[in-house]
Amino acid sequence: MIAKLIANVALAVAVSTIAQADEPKHGGILHIYHRETPPSLSIHEEATFSVNVPAMGLFNNLVIYDQHKPQNSMSDIVPELATSWAWDSANTVLTFKLREGVTWHDGKPFTAKDVKCTFDLLQDKAQDKFRKNPRRDLFNNVSEVTTNGDFEVALHLKRPQPSLLAMIASGYTPMYPCHVTPAQMRTHPIGTGPYKFVEFKQNESIKLARNENYWKKGLPYLDGIEYTIISNRATAVLAFVAGKVDMTFPTEMTSALMQDIKQQDPTAICEIKPINVNTNLIVNRENPPFDNIELRKAMALALDRKAFIDIIFQGQADAGGTLLPPPEGVWGMPPEILKTVPGYGDVNKDREQARAIMVKLGYGPNNPLKIKVSTRNLATYRDPAVVLIDQLKTIYIDAELDPVESSQWFAKIARNDYSVGLNLTGNGIDDPDQAFYENYACGSERNYTHYCNKELEALFDKQSVETDVEKRKKMVWDIDKKLQEDVARPILMHARSGTCWKPYVKNMTIMNNSAYNGYRYDDLWLDN
Amino acid sequence: MEARLGIYLVRRFFLMVLTLFGISVLVFVMLRLVPGNIADIVFNAAGMIDVAEKAKLEKELGLDQPIVVQYAQWISGLAHGDLGYSYVSEKPALQEIAPRIPITAKLAGLALTFAVIFGVPLGVISAVRQNTALDYVLRVISLSGLSMPAFWLGLLILMGFVAYFGTIPIYTNPPKGFWNTFLLFSIPAAAVGFRSSALVMRLTRSSMLEVLRQDYIRTARAKGAPNQSVYYRHALRNAMLPVVTVIGIEAAFLMGGLIVTETVFNIPGVARFLVEAIRWRDYPIVQNLVMFIAVVAVSINFLIDLLYAVLDPRIRYAK
Repeated sequence: MIAKLIANVALAVAVSTIAQADEPKHGGILHIYHRETPPSLSIHEEATFSVNVPAMGLFNNLVIYDQHKPQNSMSDIVPELATSWAWDSANTVLTFKLREGVTWHDGKPFTAKDVKCTFDLLQDKAQDKFRKNPRRDLFNNVSEVTTNGDFEVALHLKRPQPSLLAMIASGYTPMYPCHVTPAQMRTHPIGTGPYKFVEFKQNESIKLARNENYWKKGLPYLDGIEYTIISNRATAVLAFVAGKVDMTFPTEMTSALMQDIKQQDPTAICEIKPINVNTNLIVNRENPPFDNIELRKAMALALDRKAFIDIIFQGQADAGGTLLPPPEGVWGMPPEILKTVPGYGDVNKDREQARAIMVKLGYGPNNPLKIKVSTRNLATYRDPAVVLIDQLKTIYIDAELDPVESSQWFAKIARNDYSVGLNLTGNGIDDPDQAFYENYACGSERNYTHYCNKELEALFDKQSVETDVEKRKKMVWDIDKKLQEDVARPILMHARSGTCWKPYVKNMTIMNNSAYNGYRYDDLWLDN
Repeated sequence: MEARLGIYLVRRFFLMVLTLFGISVLVFVMLRLVPGNIADIVFNAAGMIDVAEKAKLEKELGLDQPIVVQYAQWISGLAHGDLGYSYVSEKPALQEIAPRIPITAKLAGLALTFAVIFGVPLGVISAVRQNTALDYVLRVISLSGLSMPAFWLGLLILMGFVAYFGTIPIYTNPPKGFWNTFLLFSIPAAAVGFRSSALVMRLTRSSMLEVLRQDYIRTARAKGAPNQSVYYRHALRNAMLPVVTVIGIEAAFLMGGLIVTETVFNIPGVARFLVEAIRWRDYPIVQNLVMFIAVVAVSINFLIDLLYAVLDPRIRYAK
């Protein structure tokens, strides 16, 4: 009887302890190392998640991907500064009802005017301009933004585009205040987010402090976040192991480094996930002999993607088309379709076919095609380029590495001063509109190979207006397959990358299909 | 004699000013010969290739003006204490550079102290105990100091700290108080100072050995001077001339050359900042920082020249 009583008491204590342990606690500073000094903290003006990671906590979007669902998808978009949204019957007007009582970090109220100002800036319609505006094209379909009072705003579209909501939910689309200039937003950003900007010292740190007036009552749990800039990765890993930082820079660890961390600190929680950054081959289709589609096809057939993945990522990457492959990717071609794409099947057979094409074009073992493979002089570019050179040898292409100083890379491509190149493309959101229009539409600034297929572009528009997700998926797969068949920009692999954090960091979710959207951190808490 | 010393000093001073002018031209031109500018980097980082927008930014920053105009603007600003604005942080360059100088100065000062405290006495001991077991041990240590790459030694120290003490002596926040500052900087300073002390030690040793073979040392011994007096009063003072030169060069180098140590120990000093600024082609930062390092180097050289005049009477009397 007594023993039973003691057991019951012990059980009750244990349950209460577990309950307490799971109860979020307020306070504490989360320490994360940052891999580099970001160019600024103005998300709209930058195109690297080195900015999104520290700056997302400063801002809010109208809507956002659920921060605890690893896979970003249309069905997981939740309200933030908007309380609700609705499409009109023609799907060309998207109306947002805005949250009342929200204030900017400087105390001024957030209203519909700020939403309009943000879109005006994005579309270069505002008097003040961004120094650079990398995602201007994403909102080309928005013809007008109108306000109805202080708490309702409507986006008028030229044609229906359901994925506009996905773009607005991206970490890349925070709301900016009307009353703060773009220049100030780069150096001292003002947002409505859970954290306020404290200081940003180049090469040293970025400090954020809890926003006491955050509109989500009771949040954030943390008193602040400090990003210590540690550019040397070996030092950063040791700092994590020693407990100087609570978390590594998100999606920065290689598989080998993660194993090393786990060995030194078995309590560390580590996850490796796709980051929606693909490595691709760019071929200058305007200069002979690469203006010949047969030659470009032979090059695509020479690719052994498994070898790329094994050598560069120790198996931790994925083969796929333009869109991130499933299960993490929402829109990528499923394996049964992917294997029907030329170059994704039996490597030996494909290379046999490629060699036959090369012989037909007049090349052979004694008369190889001599080319240069240009790429940015950074390890993430150079290493796969070396593997590519090795693979091209199998089809009588004798390639030489042409490492290009990083600052000159895109200028060189713009001048068409290359024949074959290796490039990396990151996608802020896992969505076909962003991937297709940005990289493959005729005349797009980032369509580096100048691939232009009007028929396919009509299909881009057709999938873009489709509201039925399953129907749209099938259209997207057809387009993606056609892009690979046309050797528009052969995709070599989709990278995966890891993040580690200490077990006392609670409520951490790493996104599956984007490295740009999951850093609001308003309900993270520390159990120490 | 004093007039000759005065002329010597004035001549050295004008040479110093001329050197700084030459450096300013060299830095300015070389920086613009490096491919790419801030506009290229900024747009490259975003994968953008819009030529018109790049040109707009170049115009905004004055990079479209002739190089001579840009140089004149910089020098005239410098003369008025206006160092311009950092292209990256958009803050005044002085505000960006100034806080980093004391950080590097502390590190360099400690490293140099370490180098002198260990290097000079051990060099003397090694020379006076030439070809003994102690001499061999000291020579092996000094050789290892010279041959160990700084990043390797630095990482080894960090790994040792993590493995045995469960902590890591890197800079994450400005230290508070003298002892915290001393403790934080002493470990990277020891890593740097190890190499410098090895250099100083080897030079002191060889210089001492040379001096100890001089006639006047033999005379001093013949007159019955005790060993301590021969070594430290007669020999060391003369042996110090080349050592002082090397210490001066090391001091100048340490002000801008600690890139590896600052990176490994995550110290936000001048060298790391300079490399970052070069990466971004942040001209105002690079130009002014290089000029600062040049001023330090040239000033130290000037001081060494003065010290020569004090240590070596031949320089004072030379025409």
